[in-house]
Amino acid sequence: MAKQIKKKTNKKKNMLNGAEIVLAAFEKEGVDTIFGYPGGAVLPLYDALYDSPLKHILVRHEQGAVHMADGYARANGRPGVVVVTSGPGATNTVTGLATAYMDSIPMVVITGQVPTALIGNDAFQEADIVGITRPCTKHNYLVKDVRDLAGIIKEAFYIATTGRPGPVLIDLPKDVQTAVTEFVYPDKVELTSYHPTYKGNPRQIGKAVDMILASKRPLIYAGGGVISSDAAKQLKTFAEKLSIPVTTTLMGLGGFPGTHPLFLGMLGMHGTYAANMAVTHTDCLIAVGSRFDDRVTGKIDEFAAEAKIIHIDIDPTSISKNVSVDVPIVGDVSGVLTNMQKALPKTTTSYKKTLKPWVDDIAKWNKVHTLKATQDMKKRIRPQYVVDRLYKLTKGDAIITTEVGQNQMWAAQFFKYDKPRTFLTSGGLGTMGYGMPAAIGAQVAYPNKTVIDIAGDGSIQMNIQELATAVEYKLPIKIAILNNRFLGMVRQWQELFFDKRYSSTCLGKKPDFVKLIEAYGGVGLRAEKPADVDKVIKQALKINDRPVIMDFIVDPKECVYPMVPAGQPLSKMLLV
Amino acid sequence: MNNKEHRHTISILVTNEFGVLTRIAGLFSGRGFNIESLCVAETSDPKTSRMTIVTTGDDRIIEQITKQLNKLINVIKVYDLTGGEFLGRELVLVKVFAGTEDRAELLSIVDIFRASVVDVGPKTYTIELTGDESKVRAFMDLVRPFGIKEVVRTGRIAMARSQKTR
Repeated sequence: MAKQIKKKTNKKKNMLNGAEIVLAAFEKEGVDTIFGYPGGAVLPLYDALYDSPLKHILVRHEQGAVHMADGYARANGRPGVVVVTSGPGATNTVTGLATAYMDSIPMVVITGQVPTALIGNDAFQEADIVGITRPCTKHNYLVKDVRDLAGIIKEAFYIATTGRPGPVLIDLPKDVQTAVTEFVYPDKVELTSYHPTYKGNPRQIGKAVDMILASKRPLIYAGGGVISSDAAKQLKTFAEKLSIPVTTTLMGLGGFPGTHPLFLGMLGMHGTYAANMAVTHTDCLIAVGSRFDDRVTGKIDEFAAEAKIIHIDIDPTSISKNVSVDVPIVGDVSGVLTNMQKALPKTTTSYKKTLKPWVDDIAKWNKVHTLKATQDMKKRIRPQYVVDRLYKLTKGDAIITTEVGQNQMWAAQFFKYDKPRTFLTSGGLGTMGYGMPAAIGAQVAYPNKTVIDIAGDGSIQMNIQELATAVEYKLPIKIAILNNRFLGMVRQWQELFFDKRYSSTCLGKKPDFVKLIEAYGGVGLRAEKPADVDKVIKQALKINDRPVIMDFIVDPKECVYPMVPAGQPLSKMLLV
Repeated sequence: MNNKEHRHTISILVTNEFGVLTRIAGLFSGRGFNIESLCVAETSDPKTSRMTIVTTGDDRIIEQITKQLNKLINVIKVYDLTGGEFLGRELVLVKVFAGTEDRAELLSIVDIFRASVVDVGPKTYTIELTGDESKVRAFMDLVRPFGIKEVVRTGRIAMARSQKTR
């Protein structure tokens, strides 16, 4: 009887089951790609997907799916979408969610769940994923009634992409996927309790502009907010108008052109000498979409101690969390910068002249220490040289993803990012194993761009299984392994702070990455001498139908410098 | 900014859905904020609930607490009542030893505090008391010498006073 009714009602227009509603809602949201992995509790959804025009990328591990959606979202600005099953499928998404949450990446993850009647009964492949992911998602839902489903999906996309973006998880029981209701997709979302502030307060903007114009040593400190708000253009215009030097965080790289004369490089623990000295001596710090992370500030009391601080951020909780701010501006970075620009006087030449001594100071600091990618051709390959050659040979026209550790820092220091959304890295959580799946996601978003994962031999093994995904979908991602046979960054800390007691950081010369990727069906190349580096890179850049690993056997003794030891002020840099 | 720790009574209007209490409790534990007491119940509108949380922290922590609470999707409004005038009340049930020689004195204390004896046992009185913090404390100090067998307290609920017209 029930079946008959279902058949009848299904014929009526817009009567869909939960699984079909999910896909119909995805289409309404403009989703073109899903990263996922099937399982018992999402069988109805995968069954509906069988007839759908949506592209589904079958991954090899759910963590990979979330990082891919993350890389996809960072590269093109649209929310990444993931579908996985209940229990272990759902728990495997946790690291990916936490990664996206820390870096404010828009994403919607759908997890299958056991049927509603079994929830709480310790059913097979049951996990309380809503409970587990509550602190690492912007919001999450358990759908108990199919009639709520369309509205929840609409809300999920709205929450994920507005305000400070972030991942949203929807837990979808199997019986809700098969239950039928009329599909009505709401036009807009009305949440009584969620109204992000976009427009900055005009009075605060006026105060900020006055403060900047009264300063003699201003500095812009830009973070990932510039990129999520698509404000790179506005930032450049504003900085140029007043000739204010710019430093960015790791997350902010690409938010301001890396080759711009006003750019000082990254600041913080592995920031440039000039950037860290500038922030130490500035009298007016303009924080734009950044959150005063401990890796940026070093010892917090001495961070920008001489400065009045202006802080622009869409998230009020970021303001005055770690430092006291003189002029807080809650709002969307791009709009606020546009309005600040409008509030400036027409001619700024006289102001620029007053900055001369400050510009001279910075030029002096730039000479004290610069990043060097030099290479003695008779010695072992320096990893810095590899990154520099990747930059030169691609002419900077590539999307770079990274793993975490030394590879990440060298990728930040030696590749120059002129455009936003070209440097994808796990900045907040520091997730090893992020880079390769993120590269896959970016390549799916931009099939014709060069996508390179700058990796270490440790990190790359944390999601190595996704090589199969890259091969399967003929994605020509390039993986540059800076192979030092160590967990390099931990080894570096042991060398500097733990008397060279290298506890559990030596990985040894395994596996053979060339053979490994060949087994998956990709291409493996190796460079053991500096002279091989260019050859290998050029060869890799030619491959356009499958993934390639470039295994650079580098000097294991290389460390990342400059370095501010944890808890020290930024002025106390180890230079070497 | 004041670095001194202060006690704050925060009143939070939230959507009345499952999981909201966990979100708020999780926010406090995850960020190391402290909860002294927490009360929650539906408001006159069944779609919303009211939570009253008593917490301590310096100005920066209290600012973070209110901002972080506001950031939760289910939170409609956060009021830090401590800045202005408010009424704070707590309900207490106390089971006190009441021997025959003590009963008269206990009853007069109950009377003075406008409390009431809600249950009588062969050796105990169970007393119900409503009041603000100082009243509860004063009452407890007075009955303690008789011997307290058990105490149950609700934690504070609070409401801002009406605006006074001049």
